[in-house]
Amino acid sequence: MTDTTNKWIGQRTIRPDGAEKVTGSAAFAADTTMPGMIWGSVLRSPHAHARIKSIDTSKAEAHPGVKAVVTAADIVDFPVDTPVALGIQDMRWMCRNVMAREKALFHGHPIAAVAAMSEAIAAEACKLIEVDYEVLPHVIEIDDAIADGAPILHDFIEFEGKPSNIAGTIEHTKGDIEAGFAEADLIIERDFTTRPVHQGYIEPHACLVSVAADGKATIWSSSQGQFMVRAMTGLLTGIPQSNIRAIPAEIGGGFGGKTIVYLEPLATILSKKSGRPVKMVMSREDVMRASGPTSGSKSTVKIGVKKDGTITAADGTFWLQAGGLPGAPVRGAVGCALAPYDIPNGHTLGYDVVSNRSKVAAYRAPGAPLGAFGVECVLDEIAEQLGMDPLDLRLKNAAKEGTKAVHGPTYPLMGYVESLEAAKAHEHYNTPLGPNQGRGVASGFWFNAGGESSAQVNITEDGNVVVTTGHPDIGGSRAGIANICAEILGIDYQRVSVLIGDTATIGFSNLTGGSRVLFASSIVVTESTNKIIHTLCELAAKIWDIDPEAVNWEDGEARPAGANAGQFPPLTLKELAARANESGGPIGESTQINTTGAEGGFGTHICDVEIDPELGTAKIVRYTVLQDVGRAVHPSYVEGQMQGGAAQAIGWALNEEYIYTKDGRVDNPGFLDYRMPIASDLPMLDTHIIEVPNPKHPQGIRGVGEVPLVPGLSAVRNAVYDAVGIRFNDLPISPPKVVEALDMPKAAE
Amino acid sequence: MAKQHITTTINGEPTEFLCEPNETMLDVLRNELNMTGSKEGCGSGDCGACSITLDGRLVCSCLMLGVEAAGAEIETIEGMADGETLHPLQQKFLEMAALQCGICTPGMLIAAKSLLEENPDPTETEVRYWLAGNLCRCTGYDKIIRAVMDTAAEMRGAA
Repeated sequence: MTDTTNKWIGQRTIRPDGAEKVTGSAAFAADTTMPGMIWGSVLRSPHAHARIKSIDTSKAEAHPGVKAVVTAADIVDFPVDTPVALGIQDMRWMCRNVMAREKALFHGHPIAAVAAMSEAIAAEACKLIEVDYEVLPHVIEIDDAIADGAPILHDFIEFEGKPSNIAGTIEHTKGDIEAGFAEADLIIERDFTTRPVHQGYIEPHACLVSVAADGKATIWSSSQGQFMVRAMTGLLTGIPQSNIRAIPAEIGGGFGGKTIVYLEPLATILSKKSGRPVKMVMSREDVMRASGPTSGSKSTVKIGVKKDGTITAADGTFWLQAGGLPGAPVRGAVGCALAPYDIPNGHTLGYDVVSNRSKVAAYRAPGAPLGAFGVECVLDEIAEQLGMDPLDLRLKNAAKEGTKAVHGPTYPLMGYVESLEAAKAHEHYNTPLGPNQGRGVASGFWFNAGGESSAQVNITEDGNVVVTTGHPDIGGSRAGIANICAEILGIDYQRVSVLIGDTATIGFSNLTGGSRVLFASSIVVTESTNKIIHTLCELAAKIWDIDPEAVNWEDGEARPAGANAGQFPPLTLKELAARANESGGPIGESTQINTTGAEGGFGTHICDVEIDPELGTAKIVRYTVLQDVGRAVHPSYVEGQMQGGAAQAIGWALNEEYIYTKDGRVDNPGFLDYRMPIASDLPMLDTHIIEVPNPKHPQGIRGVGEVPLVPGLSAVRNAVYDAVGIRFNDLPISPPKVVEALDMPKAAE
Repeated sequence: MAKQHITTTINGEPTEFLCEPNETMLDVLRNELNMTGSKEGCGSGDCGACSITLDGRLVCSCLMLGVEAAGAEIETIEGMADGETLHPLQQKFLEMAALQCGICTPGMLIAAKSLLEENPDPTETEVRYWLAGNLCRCTGYDKIIRAVMDTAAEMRGAA
C-alpha cells in the first residue's frame, strides 16, 4: 500500500464538483424551485412538556392563501409497544419526533404544519391554529431526570420495575474488575459532565416535495442519505417506496445531524393534500430548537494502575441525554471509552435518559467523545501522579493487533501505537511552551462502518467514464472516487465524472455516516471498474482474435501479452469504447454489496492552550492531529476531516452549550449566542497522516471522518490543566468558569 | 403593502425587480432574481453565507433590505468568475481543498475578495479577523486561510 507508483491515489486532485461549489451554481436543497410551488411552515410547541388535548385547524384552513394543513393525525402512527427499527432509528420515536402526537416533549416540537401561497401566509396561518395544551412539569438536566419524583415523560417506559426516564442501558464487561482494582497500586475515580452540543451545519434543513396526481412523490432534500429519506417518508406517510423518488441535493454539512428526516414527511403530506409542490426550509432558530444536537452527559470513570503504569482495571458509567424520545448514542460511549487500551479487567455501563430537550441526532462518532472524555482525563491525572509522560502511559497500555477490546472485538492490524510514537517524536510535542501556556494530549477510537453500497460505472461512447454512487458527498468523497477509478483504469482523473444517484437511478446505498462512504463506495467502484477492465480485455481479444487471458490492461490500454506480446498495437480505452457496439455492446457494470471489513480507527491529539488569567479565555495556540487513516486516497480531504473534527472538539471543550430558561425553553438558538469557533479563534491545525493499510480493503482504506472529534475534548482540557493547574471536569471550559476557578475578579463587562 | 420597483446594478448588469418593502436583499436575490449562490445560514448576520458587496462594501445580504439596492452596485458570487475563467481565489480554493460541503464557500469567497481589494498583503491574523464573520463548520478554517494567503501572494506577484 505504500506503493509509490500510484498515479492518482494519494494525489490532491481537483474535486469533480468543485467549479459548481465555488461559483454558487451547486444546487443545495433550499436552492430548488418548481412551477406552482407553495411554502410550508411549522407550528411548534411553546412548552417544554405539555399534553395536547385538542388541535383546531379550522381557522387556519379558512385563511386566504392556505392550501393544506397537516397534524399528527395525518402521519402514520407506530404504537409505542411495538418496535419498528430502521437502521439505528425506531419509527415509534421518529413518528412522534416529526410531529408531536400525545404530548409536546420539548420547546420547538412540531404540532402542525401549513402550506400556503407564501412563507408569510403560512407562518400567519400557523398562528391561527388553536391548540389546547395541558402544561406539565418539565425536566431538562440528567440529574433531575433520574431523581426520585422527577416528572416522567413517558408512562410506558419503566426501569427496575418503576416508571422512569431511563429508557435503556448498554453494558460491556471483560475480566473481573474487582480483582483488577485489588491489584492496582493507584486508583483514581472522577466525575465528569459535558453539555449537549449541536452539529452546527451551516445549511438549515430544507426540502421541496412534489406529489403528482397519481400519488408519486419526488423529494429534493438535504440529507445524509436519499434512501433513508425514501424509507422514512414512506413509513411515515404510507406511500410505497416504489412511488417515492428521493433526490439528494448538495448537502451543506451534516456531521450526523441529517441522518433522520424532519420536514420531508410533512412536506409530502402537504403536497399530497394541496396538489402543489411544497417547499419547507427551517430557520436557524428551528434548527437549534428542534433538530437533534448530541447528548449532554455525566460520567464516572475509575481506573487502577500498577506503579509502572500498567492498567489493571477500568470502570466507566455514563448517563447520556436522549432528548424527548429514547435513543441516546450510548453504544458509542460505552464501546469507545476504553477501546484504545489493552485492559485485562474492564466494565462500561451506559444509560439512555429522556428529558424535555429536542431528540438527539447522530453527531460525528456519536457518543464516543462522551466516553473518551472521562477516561482520557483520568489517564492524564494518573500519568502525573506516577511521574510518567502521558504518551508513555498510553504507549504502555496501547491496544494493538490481537488485543481483545473491552467492548468485544479482537483487533486486526492497526496504527494506534504509531499515532502515539509519532506524537512523541513530533516537533510540536518537543517545543517549549510560553507563559500561561499548557499542553495536553489524548487519544480516541471510533468503530467505523461498512454496510450497503452500490455503484454504476459506465464507459461513454467517446471513451470516458461516468461513475454513479448512492452516497451524498458531504466533504469531497467524489474526489476520492475519481482518484480510485482513474488509478485502476490507468487514465487521467479528469476523464472520470462522479455523480450521486437518486433512489430511482442507483441501487440501495446506506447513509453517508459512520465514516463509511469512501471505504464502502471504493469497494463497489473497484469491483465495477475491475469488471469493466475484464470486458475491455475480452473486447480487445475478440478484435485481435486471441484468448482473452492473453490480454493485459496497462496504463489505460489493452496490450497483447504472453506469446502475443507485441503482435498487435495496444487498444486504448477510447478506441475500445468506439468499437464497443460492433463487438459486444455498451460497456457498464453495476455492483451492489453489503460491505464488511471496516476496521476501527485511532488517533492522538496534541493541544497547546494559552489562558488569559484576567478574561479567563483559553486560546488554542497550536494543535496537531495524528491519525491512522489506512490509506489517504485524497490527502487534502483526509486532512480536512482531521482539521474539521479537531475544530468541533475545540468548540465543544471551550464554548458550545445550550442555555435553557427555567421554563424549559432554549435561550440561545442562534450563532451569536451559541458560540461555534470562528476563524480568529483558531490557529492552523496541523495534521500527521499515518497509513497502516486496512488489510480487508482493496485500497487499504479506513474510515477517517469521525475519529478526529473523539480525543479533542480531553486534549484541550488536559492542556488547560497543564496551563493553570486546575482540572476542569465539566465542559465547556468557558471564560466565566475559568475566571471563577482562578479566583480572579470578573472582567469588566 | 405595495411592492416597490427597484432599479439597481448586479454584477455589472442593469437590473430591475419588484420587492416587498420589508424583503431582505438575500430573499430578493434568491426568490425574485433566482440567484441562489448567496446562502441563508442564519438570517441574522452571524454566519456570512449570504455575503455580497454593496458599492464595494462587504455586507450580509440578510441584514439589508432589497429596497436599499436602489441605484447601488451589487456584487454577488455569481459575478466572481469571468465566464469559464475562475477568479484566482476560486481556483485556489479548489486546488487547496478549502471547502468540504461548500455551503459557506460563496460567502467566504466574497469576503476574501473584499479583503484582498482592501489589503493585498494581509497577515494570517488579518485574514482570520476579516473572515471572523464567515462561519465554516467543516474545515476548521486552516485550508481557507492558507488559500486566501496563497492567492494574495500570487496576485501580488502577478500585479
